[in-house]
Amino acid sequence: MEHLLDPYSLLIEPLTAYAFMRRALVACLALALGSGPIGVFLVLRRMSLMGDAMSHAVLPGAAIGFIFAGLSLGAMSLGGLIAGLAVALLAGVVSRTTVLREDASLAGFYLASLALGVLLVSTYGSAVDLLHVLFGSILAVDDEGLLFVAAVASITLITLALIYRPLVAECFDPTFLRSVGARGSLIHLLFLVLVVLNLVAGFQALGTLMAVGLMMLPAAAARFWSDSVWGSIAFATGAAMASGVVGLLLSYHFELPSGPAIVLTAAVVYLASIVFGSRAGLLVRYRRQPHFHKPEEMKP
Amino acid sequence: MNAVRPSAITLENVIVTYRRLPAVHHVSGTFAPGTLTAIAGPNGAGKSTLLKTTAGLLKPSEGRVLRGALKPSDIAYLPQLPEIDRTFPISVAETVMLGAWKRAGAFGEMGAAEEQRVQEALACVNLVGYARAPIAALSAGQWQRVLFARAIVQEASVVLLDEPFAGLDEDTQSHLISLVHEWHENGRTVIAVLHETDFIRRHFPQTLLIARELIAWGPTVDVLTPDNLARARTTIAKWARSEDMPEHQHHHG
Repeated sequence: MEHLLDPYSLLIEPLTAYAFMRRALVACLALALGSGPIGVFLVLRRMSLMGDAMSHAVLPGAAIGFIFAGLSLGAMSLGGLIAGLAVALLAGVVSRTTVLREDASLAGFYLASLALGVLLVSTYGSAVDLLHVLFGSILAVDDEGLLFVAAVASITLITLALIYRPLVAECFDPTFLRSVGARGSLIHLLFLVLVVLNLVAGFQALGTLMAVGLMMLPAAAARFWSDSVWGSIAFATGAAMASGVVGLLLSYHFELPSGPAIVLTAAVVYLASIVFGSRAGLLVRYRRQPHFHKPEEMKP
Repeated sequence: MNAVRPSAITLENVIVTYRRLPAVHHVSGTFAPGTLTAIAGPNGAGKSTLLKTTAGLLKPSEGRVLRGALKPSDIAYLPQLPEIDRTFPISVAETVMLGAWKRAGAFGEMGAAEEQRVQEALACVNLVGYARAPIAALSAGQWQRVLFARAIVQEASVVLLDEPFAGLDEDTQSHLISLVHEWHENGRTVIAVLHETDFIRRHFPQTLLIARELIAWGPTVDVLTPDNLARARTTIAKWARSEDMPEHQHHHG
């Protein structure tokens, strides 16, 4: 255990000495770049469980891709993308045309989708394959996977930059957006595509179940630290990146599975934020805060 | 603010239903340009529904709303206070800046001129110095002032208000009603859903009295008579009774 005392071999060497660790590190950072902001918008839209539902919905598509092409990232990702979007759109259509609310119709479709996926994988694959799809393995990310994750992160950031204003407006006050004649539903649809893309990107590295953890935990934590959408995004992305790095290091030193190690690190950040968060954490409730007051006291 | 000349808004036999139950039934009439009208009626009379339909946020299931040359962005709509999630991490200035949507849209620049408009609007509603405050820090009265400031920045020729003074302190109420009068004097069409008849008599020259169906529409003195108010109450009671009988069906030809 002597090497643990040396910061270089403790913190740097594990991430640089091996090719699979270097790839895992870059994959984590790229995933965090995309998933962090997406998670923040899911929280703001009160759709935190939507990410969870969608991550399950992706499964049959990935399974069909697997049946046709084996453990091919391209086929599984494409299948997952199609299945995820189909479930999101069907749920949206049903909630707009029937009495069912979006959460209930989504639950209906994703459960059906998940059951179909498990059925397909266990009929045509093996238990090992199912475990791989459900829990992934960031240590097995290859160059192709890395490029995919990086491409998704780029697409996500560019799209968010373009639709930032209408997306924030749609989350905050959809009635206003409709009243000025803007197309809120188009923005909503684009956003759903980004959610599914990021879940599919996370799925090879972390698995369908863990990918959503890197998306939601930092975003939920961010609400305790920031009073602005922009600040929340910055915090969530930073926290997701840090969770990735710390999780990988823990996984290396203690021989833990990497996905759960990363998500549990994010969970620690989340729990700490509930207590120590500077904006709404439990501790600040008992402390005096500077407050906004009469105009004359606000002069700079 | 310069004088504006909005188009009239005409309701033609408007019916709005929720799950086939009519909330607004056969309403016809015209909000003339530049009028200041209160929409009054008992609880469940369809006041907010009528306002939303006028704003274009709800589609009538029968009949139509004619808005002349008005574009959606020419109409400012202020929802009831609780309709927006006020824990949302956004500042006062950003909220008011949304009013610039008509000019900047989803992608256009919101530059110094818009910043200036926002500052002026905040001054109008007595919120100078609150620009950077998160909306979560505001009281109900301050939040309603923010929504008024956003309507000012919208420079809309028609302003629709849903219970704009409910639950506000007296200071805020009198301040905001003076803004409403200012809009009226500048030629804007202002329509507000309101509860208190005394308040309406004092401040609103026109009134539309509704109880699912139109009871009366015209000068407030002619509309808010004891007779009409009594008729509104019995009408709404009749509607409530008919809804307890699901077998009752009523077809429109």
